[in-house]
Amino acid sequence: MSLTAKDKKMVKAFWAKVAGKAEDIGCDALSRMLVVYPQTKTYFSHWKDLSPGSAPVRKHGGTIMGGIGLAVASIDDISAGLLALSELHAFQLRVDPANFKILSHNILVVLAVMFPNEFNPEAHVAMDKFLAAVGRALSEKYR
Amino acid sequence: MVDWTDAEKSTISAVWGKVDINEVGPLALARVLIVYPWTQRYFGSFGDVSTPAAIMGNPKVAAHGKVVCGALDKAVKNMGNILATYKSLSETHANKLFVDPENFRVLADVLTIVVAAKFGASFTPEIQATWQKFMKVVVAAMGSRYF
Repeated sequence: MSLTAKDKKMVKAFWAKVAGKAEDIGCDALSRMLVVYPQTKTYFSHWKDLSPGSAPVRKHGGTIMGGIGLAVASIDDISAGLLALSELHAFQLRVDPANFKILSHNILVVLAVMFPNEFNPEAHVAMDKFLAAVGRALSEKYR
Repeated sequence: MVDWTDAEKSTISAVWGKVDINEVGPLALARVLIVYPWTQRYFGSFGDVSTPAAIMGNPKVAAHGKVVCGALDKAVKNMGNILATYKSLSETHANKLFVDPENFRVLADVLTIVVAAKFGASFTPEIQATWQKFMKVVVAAMGSRYF
């Protein structure tokens, strides 16, 4: 399920509309993930405060969305663009790749919450495919 | 089988109470067919599903969306006994309709997104958690008669 030219165009156009709120999106998505999928908290045992909207959650949400932005910019070769991030996740963070799908779902929920009109079915399918491609790229170096 | 706190029960009822089945059902099913086009395999008799516009305007898709949401209403009204409530529906999907139960997970995720779009920020992380627990139970019940 690779990204078609139409998908890439849609993702870039949609990202242009929402990128201004990237930190809010990341903060909300991460907050939701930690509440709705409590097993994901196991990766953040070193944080003082895992509650929705807390300082570490907001900061890390912004970091994650920076990675998403990088993927958008590298959309013609996401694996190459995210090589360093893949190595980070594979060898240091060792986040189980199943969690990429979980976070992707929560990003989609936040896009629906924050941009109900722009996040129409066509945008939804493009973003879902894109986030799946990002997850695959991040998983590349795992084994 | 499933423990529902009073808070969870009232959250589900409150969310469902604000959902218009006739609006959300069609929107959710259409979105499933658009975002996961292989799901169209079950709807060969529905006519034109060739483009997102065709799907969104298709009256059979809309009608079936209402049927599906109507069935969810039964779950909301029988939260203590969703497994029994969905026994024959599960059997029908398994043995007559031959629907891959993965589709129940897919529909649940899309329904969550459609509900989130309707509610906006009032669909808080805590409400989302309770709603997704409910979806998880419904999905498990729908898959329970597949052997």
